[in-house]
Amino acid sequence: MTNMLEIAGLTKLFPVRNRFGRKTGDVRAVDDVSFSIEKGKVYGLAGESGSGKSTIARMIMGLAKPTSGDILLSGHSITGETGTRAYGRKVQMVFQNPGSSLNPRRTVGQSIAVPLAAHGTPLGEHKRRIAELLEMVQLPTDFALRYPHELSGGQKQRVAIARALAVAPQLLILDEPTSALDVSVQARVMDLLVDLGQQLGLTYLFISHDLSLMRNFADTVGVLYLGKIVETGPTASVFEAPQHDYTRLLLASVPVISAEEEAMRPKIPLIDGEIPTAEQLIALRDGATPVSQRTET
Amino acid sequence: MSDALLAVRNLSVQFTTYGQTNQVLKGVSLDVPARSQIALVGESGSGKTVTMRAIMGLLRTPPAKVTSGEIFYDGHDLLTMPTKERLKLRGTAMSMVFQDPMSSLNPVFTIADQMGTILKYADRRLGRSRGNRERMARVHEVLGQVRMRDPERVSRSYPIMLSGGMRQRVLIAMALLSEPKLLIADEPGTALDVTTQAQILKLLKDLVEERGLALLMITHNLGVVRETSNYVYVMNKGVVVEHRPTADLFEAPRDDYTRALIAAVPRLTGGTSFGKAGAAA
Ligand SMILES: Nc1ncnc2c1ncn2[C@@H]1O[C@H](COP(=O)(O)OP(=O)(O)OP(=O)(O)O)[C@@H](O)[C@H]1O
Ligand SMILES: Nc1ncnc2c1ncn2[C@@H]1O[C@H](COP(=O)(O)OP(=O)(O)OP(=O)(O)O)[C@@H](O)[C@H]1O
Ligand SMILES: [Mg+2]
Ligand SMILES: [Mg+2]
Repeated sequence: MTNMLEIAGLTKLFPVRNRFGRKTGDVRAVDDVSFSIEKGKVYGLAGESGSGKSTIARMIMGLAKPTSGDILLSGHSITGETGTRAYGRKVQMVFQNPGSSLNPRRTVGQSIAVPLAAHGTPLGEHKRRIAELLEMVQLPTDFALRYPHELSGGQKQRVAIARALAVAPQLLILDEPTSALDVSVQARVMDLLVDLGQQLGLTYLFISHDLSLMRNFADTVGVLYLGKIVETGPTASVFEAPQHDYTRLLLASVPVISAEEEAMRPKIPLIDGEIPTAEQLIALRDGATPVSQRTET
Repeated sequence: MSDALLAVRNLSVQFTTYGQTNQVLKGVSLDVPARSQIALVGESGSGKTVTMRAIMGLLRTPPAKVTSGEIFYDGHDLLTMPTKERLKLRGTAMSMVFQDPMSSLNPVFTIADQMGTILKYADRRLGRSRGNRERMARVHEVLGQVRMRDPERVSRSYPIMLSGGMRQRVLIAMALLSEPKLLIADEPGTALDVTTQAQILKLLKDLVEERGLALLMITHNLGVVRETSNYVYVMNKGVVVEHRPTADLFEAPRDDYTRALIAAVPRLTGGTSFGKAGAAA
């Protein structure tokens, strides 16, 4: 069976320049990352700020060029394809902040019409299609006439999802789609994403730093740490028996609301400081008292 | 009246903007006993920050107006107290820690400058004075209390030179400068990564225990409530809908809103099913 998405050895370097504009080195934002997603499944990419999650998403969308490595969609390399209409029809993305991803001067209907027009839906069909999409994300069809400032955060995110679905994509990249929303609103948006995934047979790449959410949505999870996937596997096994020290640290840090969750959280001392260095992780594993090396410098 | 360190009684606040009046707090009451760890939890817009601002005397009138209620600190009503008396309490008897470290620090001054100034004004309000050197000694002392390994170097830094977690710890240090009895933290660490947030929460908890402070933790995150408090107030649309010991709240929530809120939290153990199929199950 062909994978919907396959990523092999994906690497992205960003140049580091000094204040005179001279290049002094590179940041390995994404470092030899490989994973694949079966059609109709959810792959979760978990990691903290700066771990490279969005850079991976941007490369898949064709918004950034890989330094090396391959991205295959349904078995075909996307090199040279991204940016074309055919590609945009297959892959779409929903961003974290619904407020800034919608144009404040366009009505909801106008926002959804942009991808429709770009992908050649005849003008005469726009109205019907917009109504259909709004229904799909469970919004009243008269919302087409509203402006973003007249919508709540959850409603804006539904519009962003409707807009992404306008071209009937196969792969939907969700970059922290609910992190700006209240927990009750988040639950309803997640309900919607699950239902749409089943109805439309969508494949999701789900990016989030919220491990509890990840646990309940992703089929497979990859833990990203400083540009590398340090651990990947079926969600349940990664959560129940984490192998890598960084995964264990992440799990140990999640605030939880029940004794059962607390019991499954790895018991490791939380270190004072920033993202732990490799040495600290080794020290943790070996049971030594952890020392912060990055923080106070 | 209660003998709590802080007692909010029947507090109502409205905002008037563009001729429209909006009742934002509707008879809020809560108690923070000395040395207690209390949480105030609610979703966006429920009125948590307005409550905190009312307690700290930071509401601007207009547009805000307190339409009823009292706020007692140590038995004295803050709302009827002369301004001068009230200012004496701010930052000394009670202090607060904000969510966003970057916007509450001034980028063009060093940490030592900013903390020194805060301390100078706090001393002045209390009619105390101390020399520059003593002031810096105190600054270094509190930076040490928030587990900075090299307080002198941190104090010479500009905010931009510090990581997000360190900035949040600087803010906590600032709040501790004048040895308050009550610390109010509004979503501390929300802007930080999970591992850093966990460290900040642990630090706050350790500090209140070590220093015998009372903590009022304001948050939208029920996990944070469970980790940092032993008594909790749940707020919805300007009303406290339920308040009880934290452990009881999670065991058997009474209010419908609280129940729905707890049910919406995804569990680390799995089993939270989203989607129609999930809702039916
Ligand atoms: N255009 C760029 N130029 C230089 N460095 C960049 C650029 N974009 C990203 N980076 C760097 O690449 C690394 C990964 O960034 P990325 O935005 O992918 O992280 P992320 O995991 O999405 O983080 P967050 O959770 O904060 O969104 C970071 O160190 C970042 O500073
Ligand atoms: N300066 C203001 N002028 C008018 N309305 C205000 C003002 N400040 C707050 N409000 C209103 O008061 C209500 C409560 O706001 P508050 O900031 O206390 O919410 P919160 O519970 O802290 O939410 P969040 O979790 O988003 O921080 C909101 O409806 C808000 O729009
Ligand atoms: Mg990102
Ligand atoms: Mg607030």
